[in-house]
Amino acid sequence: MLVLEDVNVYYGAIHALKGISFEVNQGEIVTLIGSNGAGKSTSLKTISGLLRPKTGKLTFNGENLATVAPQSIVAKGISHVPEGRRVFANMTVIENLELGAYLRKDKAGIKEAIKHVYSLFPRLEERKSQISGTLSGGEQQMLAMGRALMSKPQLLLLDEPSMGLAPILVKQIFSIIKEINASGTTILLVEQNAHMALSIANRAYVLETGKIVLSGDSKQLAASEEVRKAYLGG
Amino acid sequence: MDSISTQIFQQIINGLSLGSIYALIALGYTMVYGIIKLINFAHGDVMMVGAYSGWFAVTVLHLPFLPALLFSMISCALLGVLIERIAYKPLRNASRIAALITAIGVSLFLEYGGMIVVTAQVRTYPPVFPDTRYILGGVYFKYGDIVMLLTAVVLMALLHFTVQYTKVGKAMRAVSYDKDAALLMGINTNNIISFTFAIGSALAAAAGVLMGVYFNTIDPLMGIIPGLKAFVAAVLGGIGIIPGAMVGGLMLGLVESIVSGLGASTWRDAVAFLILILVLIIKPSGLFGKNVREKV
Repeated sequence: MLVLEDVNVYYGAIHALKGISFEVNQGEIVTLIGSNGAGKSTSLKTISGLLRPKTGKLTFNGENLATVAPQSIVAKGISHVPEGRRVFANMTVIENLELGAYLRKDKAGIKEAIKHVYSLFPRLEERKSQISGTLSGGEQQMLAMGRALMSKPQLLLLDEPSMGLAPILVKQIFSIIKEINASGTTILLVEQNAHMALSIANRAYVLETGKIVLSGDSKQLAASEEVRKAYLGG
Repeated sequence: MDSISTQIFQQIINGLSLGSIYALIALGYTMVYGIIKLINFAHGDVMMVGAYSGWFAVTVLHLPFLPALLFSMISCALLGVLIERIAYKPLRNASRIAALITAIGVSLFLEYGGMIVVTAQVRTYPPVFPDTRYILGGVYFKYGDIVMLLTAVVLMALLHFTVQYTKVGKAMRAVSYDKDAALLMGINTNNIISFTFAIGSALAAAAGVLMGVYFNTIDPLMGIIPGLKAFVAAVLGGIGIIPGAMVGGLMLGLVESIVSGLGASTWRDAVAFLILILVLIIKPSGLFGKNVREKV
């Protein structure tokens, strides 16, 4: 579904992704794990078009994404929940969800999508008229995910959904991620919480300073000596 | 009613008329600032172009007031989009000072380019309104005052509706809050920025036409002082905040006409700026400004 081949990305002079290759297949949960600055968020931003690869191949369903404008990438079925949620804090919950469906014209479908989001996150329905800046961190994460689902993506990119959340909320968010996946959305998950990420993912890639150093089945990776030492605290 | 309170009411009416013009210009400043964080110093000059297009529509095309107003608003909306695409868009990722200097350049270009096109000569606006006056409790309402206030109120209400309830308005707020997040929603931010310039410039054009009607004369440098004052009004209300610009503009107009009414008309600009200084000392983000706190 999504294929990256030898992708190089720069921030000015800084070489952030050094020839990264990975792929995500239909229906999978794939996770990218690694420490700060390894290039996880950079990979997601490159896929959603906020950053551009300097060289390398980036295709989605066989179509080249490297030259497509970010707003058109959404239309192709990729939705990105950015790091730090980035909800529109000056707007209400429902307005945020409506913006998530910005490219959709089917009013009935949008209504249905909102219903679907409320069924995943009942908390959002309780707070639908509230200004989203007043929501708690966990609720904002739910809103960011709900907003991303509004475009009915084939592929959902999640950047650190567990960041700053209490363990019980993290568990809840991850079980919802599994639920979203079970209903047919492919997921690419970036996490620092490697333990949680590996527990729900089918496959994983380990990034270190802009390169993929390990990859494979997530259960095998979770059991491997190297990963346990570096990312799972022994 | 005794003469003092009639006097005060009269000044309030005058102040609201003048203030609604400031408010219309201030809205453009504040919207553009809200969306690309640029103080568009050419905004007052767009108003000047609006005044001239209105003048052209009335004297040359012999249009009545409303079609002339629309004509002027549409031409300035196009001008605003053009300015943004040519002058500001290439600098979107440059430093803010570069964009600011460019804005000053565009301002000078419009002022002196305007002089070449229409000459520096002052022109008189034809009387578009009948000279009817209404008296209510000793207070005079000129027909023109009423039309002006109404025009301003209707335009502001339309703007409020657009920004709050329409899809493009929501997109504007989203882009102004977080451009990258807006892109991730599939919003074409370039189009939304152009749209913002179009609306802001159209409002400035309306202000220009009203200004021509109010003061009767127009000239290519007429945009400088009202532009500056509208900028003050925008800062007063909290730059980037739409209701702030409305209130700031009306306040500035009221203060000016009340100070003039007290017989100190030479002091009115000084008082206006004094208020600005006081507001900025007490509440640096402006009357409607919020200290936004982010949750992590």
